[in-house]
Amino acid sequence: MKTLRKYRWVLICLLLAVALILPQVISSYLAGILCRILLFGTLAGSLNVINGYSGQMNIGHAGFVCIGAYTGAILATRTGVPFVLQLVCGGILASLVAWVLSKPMQRLKGIYLAIITMGFCEITRIISLNWVGLTGGPLGIKNIPAPVFFGVKFNTPERYAYIFLAILVIFTFLTGRVLNSRVGRAWISIREDDLAARSLGVKLGHYRSINLMYGAFFAGVCGAAMGPYYRYIASDMFSMDMSFNILSMVILGGQGTLIGPIVGAAIINTVTEAFRFAQEYRMVLYAVIIIAMMWIRPQGLIGVSNSMLSGRGIVKKRGRGQKNERPA
Amino acid sequence: MNVLLESKDVCKYFGGLKAVQKVNMRVRQGDVFGIIGPNGAGKTTFFNLCSGIYSPTSGQILFEGEDISHLRPEDIAKRGIARTFQNIQLFKFMTVLDNVKIGFHLSTRTNMLDAMLHTRRYRQDEEMIQTQGRRILEKVGLAEYASLPAGNLPYGIQRKVEIARALALEPKMILLDEPAAGMNPMETDSLRQFILQLNQEGYTIVVIEHDMKFVMNSCSRILVLNFGEKIFEGTPEQVRSDPGVNEAYFGKSGYWKEAQEDAEG
Repeated sequence: MKTLRKYRWVLICLLLAVALILPQVISSYLAGILCRILLFGTLAGSLNVINGYSGQMNIGHAGFVCIGAYTGAILATRTGVPFVLQLVCGGILASLVAWVLSKPMQRLKGIYLAIITMGFCEITRIISLNWVGLTGGPLGIKNIPAPVFFGVKFNTPERYAYIFLAILVIFTFLTGRVLNSRVGRAWISIREDDLAARSLGVKLGHYRSINLMYGAFFAGVCGAAMGPYYRYIASDMFSMDMSFNILSMVILGGQGTLIGPIVGAAIINTVTEAFRFAQEYRMVLYAVIIIAMMWIRPQGLIGVSNSMLSGRGIVKKRGRGQKNERPA
Repeated sequence: MNVLLESKDVCKYFGGLKAVQKVNMRVRQGDVFGIIGPNGAGKTTFFNLCSGIYSPTSGQILFEGEDISHLRPEDIAKRGIARTFQNIQLFKFMTVLDNVKIGFHLSTRTNMLDAMLHTRRYRQDEEMIQTQGRRILEKVGLAEYASLPAGNLPYGIQRKVEIARALALEPKMILLDEPAAGMNPMETDSLRQFILQLNQEGYTIVVIEHDMKFVMNSCSRILVLNFGEKIFEGTPEQVRSDPGVNEAYFGKSGYWKEAQEDAEG
């Protein structure tokens, strides 16, 4: 394990190199899957910041994606602001909504948070379905222009993969840094024992609030990046199905680990693609995977002790010798 | 000496249950103040009132002359009261050092942007808590456990980690809820020495404890609670000779005498 730790930078560079070359050598279909993996990797990662690191049970993550997506799409079709600004605006708006949402969430815990976030997800979907003037209602928003960088139009999955990759890399890098700081430790302390955290002066409401805002920001960024990729968004893309999809990636990969959700996203997207022939029945398989996971490895695939995949020793702190113990 | 923590007619009712009733207490600066009482006497409830986990039904709690009765735990921590818990509440999946690092939360200022950009403030804070954290662990005698997950350690060590974490707050007063529970006599004795050493360094200490030897040998003043009410407050010698306290602990002495007389025939 030590050698693995030593060479982790080499490995990370290798992985990045592969990710950089991959879109050029695979077919357009496979590049599409790669795009989904990268997109959902970031989404699962941002949900993991909320669920895995501060212990808030958010099951309505699609709501934030929805807000980001509509913000980005409206800006892109009506104003023509630069692409990066669309992403940032999507993120900021989602984050602002998260701030409002965090107010009623402050006094609640566990399953009650799940109900609030579920309600929130449905509310955003229904508003975006019915606010025809702004969102196009059931028709959604069409013809979202593809971004152009250095004269290159990012209108194919092969090219767009780089945008999703960049978002994922930035997200993982920043999150790794935040988690290893005073802020991240405050989040983790709240997850582990909120009463003890409070008696050490960690402002519970404040840190839960900024935790939700941080996760929502990246969900919003992903949402805003989705629009130009699919060239079209509609409210039914952001239903609870999407929320549960993201959640299952987090659970499969391992809550409270940096790399886990990305692995989870890769596996679930691959499996659902591979079983496309089974049509609706693949959802059964999907459910079986999650149930099996909860049963066999409740801590998720990457939730192991000294795995070099575990982000910067954050997982190291929890595993080690208590394999079947569930994170609190 | 001036009064640091004072409670005035503090009551806490849970529905019809009077957990704490009209308790008056004065902890002076520099005290090692003991709170004793039989099980269910309301000691821990009283602690929870002092540290803001509960707010009193009526009455006032003053810290340094200011009312803290209805402040939140995080605000009370900020004013300088640190505490440990009866049923050890460590961050089990974090290392011992990281547990202590969270104790420095209030004395550091790093925000999210600092963390993302690794600004000077971030580097200074991290360096500070790294060295200070190690220093505290050494002082408590836990340096060798620094990188182990706190949840895997033996009970006695976990108790010490909790104290180390409380010390990181740099509090004026430390509330210890049964720190010697589950320790053997040797560990208890070294804990007693340690608490007295902390007291020498200027920390005011309030301690709930069942171990009479521990309390009698280390506390300067003792508050005795029974069924939520204060039955006595005074020095260990006074407590020992007070008939009310003896009655609460051993029952009515009359029965005891009768039993003895019966035995003698």
